[in-house]
Amino acid sequence: MLLVKNGRVVDPVRQTEANLDVLLDADRIVEVGPPGRLSSKNGFEIFDASGLIVAPGFIDLHAHLREPGQESSETIETGTRAAARGGFTAVCCMPNTRPVNDNASVTGFILDRAKLAASVRVWPIGAASVGSKGEALAEIAAMKQAGIVAVSDDGRPIATAKLARQVMDYCRSLNLPVIEHAEDVSLAAGAVMREGVTSTRLGLPGMPAAAESVCVARDVQLAELTGARLHIAHLSAKASLEQVRAAKQRGLRVTCEVTPHHFTLVDEDVQYDSRYKMNPPLAAREDREALLAGLADGTVEAIATDHAPHEPALKDVEFDRAPFGVTGFETALALALEQLVHTGRITLMRLVELFTSGPARVLGLERTIAPNQPADLTIFSVDRNWTFHASESASKSRNTPFDGRSFKGGPVATVVGGKVVHALEESLHA
Amino acid sequence: MTHRFRDLLALEPLTAEELTFLLDQSQPFQEIQRHPLKKLATLRGKTVALAFFESSTRTRISFGTAASRLGSDTMNLQAEASSLKKGESLLDTVHTLDAMKPDCLVMRHASSGAADFVARHLEIPVINAGDGTHEHPSQGLLDALTIRDRKGTLSDLNVTILGDIQHSRVARSNLHLLGKFGCRFTLCGPAMWVPRELEQIGPRSVRRVFRIEEALDGADVVLVLRVQTERLHEPALSASDYILLYQLNAERLCLAKSDAIVLHPGPMNRGIEISSEVADGPQSCVLEQVANGIAVRMALLFLLIAGVPEEGTHPADEAQQSLKRATDMKDASHAAR
Repeated sequence: MLLVKNGRVVDPVRQTEANLDVLLDADRIVEVGPPGRLSSKNGFEIFDASGLIVAPGFIDLHAHLREPGQESSETIETGTRAAARGGFTAVCCMPNTRPVNDNASVTGFILDRAKLAASVRVWPIGAASVGSKGEALAEIAAMKQAGIVAVSDDGRPIATAKLARQVMDYCRSLNLPVIEHAEDVSLAAGAVMREGVTSTRLGLPGMPAAAESVCVARDVQLAELTGARLHIAHLSAKASLEQVRAAKQRGLRVTCEVTPHHFTLVDEDVQYDSRYKMNPPLAAREDREALLAGLADGTVEAIATDHAPHEPALKDVEFDRAPFGVTGFETALALALEQLVHTGRITLMRLVELFTSGPARVLGLERTIAPNQPADLTIFSVDRNWTFHASESASKSRNTPFDGRSFKGGPVATVVGGKVVHALEESLHA
Repeated sequence: MTHRFRDLLALEPLTAEELTFLLDQSQPFQEIQRHPLKKLATLRGKTVALAFFESSTRTRISFGTAASRLGSDTMNLQAEASSLKKGESLLDTVHTLDAMKPDCLVMRHASSGAADFVARHLEIPVINAGDGTHEHPSQGLLDALTIRDRKGTLSDLNVTILGDIQHSRVARSNLHLLGKFGCRFTLCGPAMWVPRELEQIGPRSVRRVFRIEEALDGADVVLVLRVQTERLHEPALSASDYILLYQLNAERLCLAKSDAIVLHPGPMNRGIEISSEVADGPQSCVLEQVANGIAVRMALLFLLIAGVPEEGTHPADEAQQSLKRATDMKDASHAAR
């Protein structure tokens, strides 16, 4: 049994923000009560959360753990350790591994590896099409039985409108969300950043915002046609967000996520440094403003990292030859505090929602601090001063534009299945 | 002024004063090109590494000639012959070159920012000899030197650039350099090659025009860009459309000022972006550009390897003196006869 005491519980589902103690066993939350009231017995492990926020366990809807196949960039072990350090208790891993997670045996392999080596829960996402090649439907039902929580051909869009329609029809019957990497690949062909004054100045091929929003338009209409649950991954453009907002107003089951790098940086920040290269690329200022508004007004369900590790040998090359992607687990919460809460754009309650009940809802789950809920908690500080050093990251990779950035507030301890899987040294001596 | 050029990666960050300094330093080297004896000993014992990861004839020969006229040795790496085809990374390749201890690396690469990336990893000075569609600083300088020679100034000129500006590193270097001196730019070409963003990448006065007649009106300088013939093969445009709308021919050139000059970075596609009549006409500066290229590159290699010369000790003076000595000796031997 673990007693987390003296913390400030922030729970968006119950709309509570109060000093409460939480008692957990290895499986479930057992009891929640006012400080000092819970029956503390000998042998209980105690975590003193004085001065800290206690939230339901954070869920990351979008990450790449690279196992199987690219273990030199990340493994389930290293990736989930980084996730734990970032405060995440569950990570949805995208299927673009080698081989692609497009069948139940790969799903099973990932879950077996996770059982052995993972610090946090690993929730695989299955490919929508065989090999994510956009030709034939993957064995989605078998993967669901094996444990996938959604489908996606992430890394690329579902190739054709016809296939997207079939995937949505099928996934509706299986009650699985379809997560879409929205990109018109012909508009984005050859591009390495967002098209604009900066791409023109740097002489780097750019893709217009429409490369994303054209595909979002297609998929929203197909979601309407099929009634499927459609989730737009790493949404970056104002025009895409407007379509999601309109779809919601029409009552469609369309949701979206935004990454910390997209709500923090813009295309003007891009230098000839591949740590600024990701897909979708950093967008224009007006896009970032729109994302910030969407995070505040509820159009956006979740903050997701799109943690995309690449080992230095792959990333330390000419900008246009480098693979897309940046790491994100360990800086996500701190960036959200910096950009959203400390600036007064959103409340702490809303921030917690974006990391917990928001992503849970996308997956059809609930996330709250109450008896019988999973024994997962994220404990964080809103005022601790610290500096992120990529060299100290638990990830195998270092490809982040936030190396050396100083933060106010960030993750302190992570509880998964009633166990403290990560805690800052200082928090244990409190 | 003391120079602050560790590398020369782009003209964009340089001030008008620094650019003037580079052009002034090039001027004495122009003289040398006209001497019967062109070789100096200034960089004797030094080595310039020429790494061309993208094929190039004229720029590579120009830098190579500039290095040898300064007395320097060169080491050559060409993409075809390099281990890049064997999968070696750019960083490994330049570290290997660096281990052979050159004093300067001149590099061309098809990726924008490649020189910038390499310079962050090397101690020796790096000269960007063209990176993707970003910049071609030595070309910008030699164009400016040519314009300054012909026009006597770089200020207050109307400069018209014709062609695929979006994909031109020459256009960017010219915009940044001439923009610092207050030139007014007219960019003209098919709309997809002249995006609106070009108006905002640097100089204050840039306008886009899609009719060549309008673009040439009142021009002091016409910079014709090479049409990358492979781009014509994109579905975007046919060669005959390009010729119809944008070729610089004698009739159209009459719309520019009567003393307008024509520049082209070469190699030219005669009959596509420029007519032979214009290319070979009195307003064309194409061959002067080539000659000035060596002078500019000698100045760059000299400044980056040896540093700024003290007042009155420009290396080109050495050549003047040796030439004088040679002439004196010749005269003396004639007199003795």
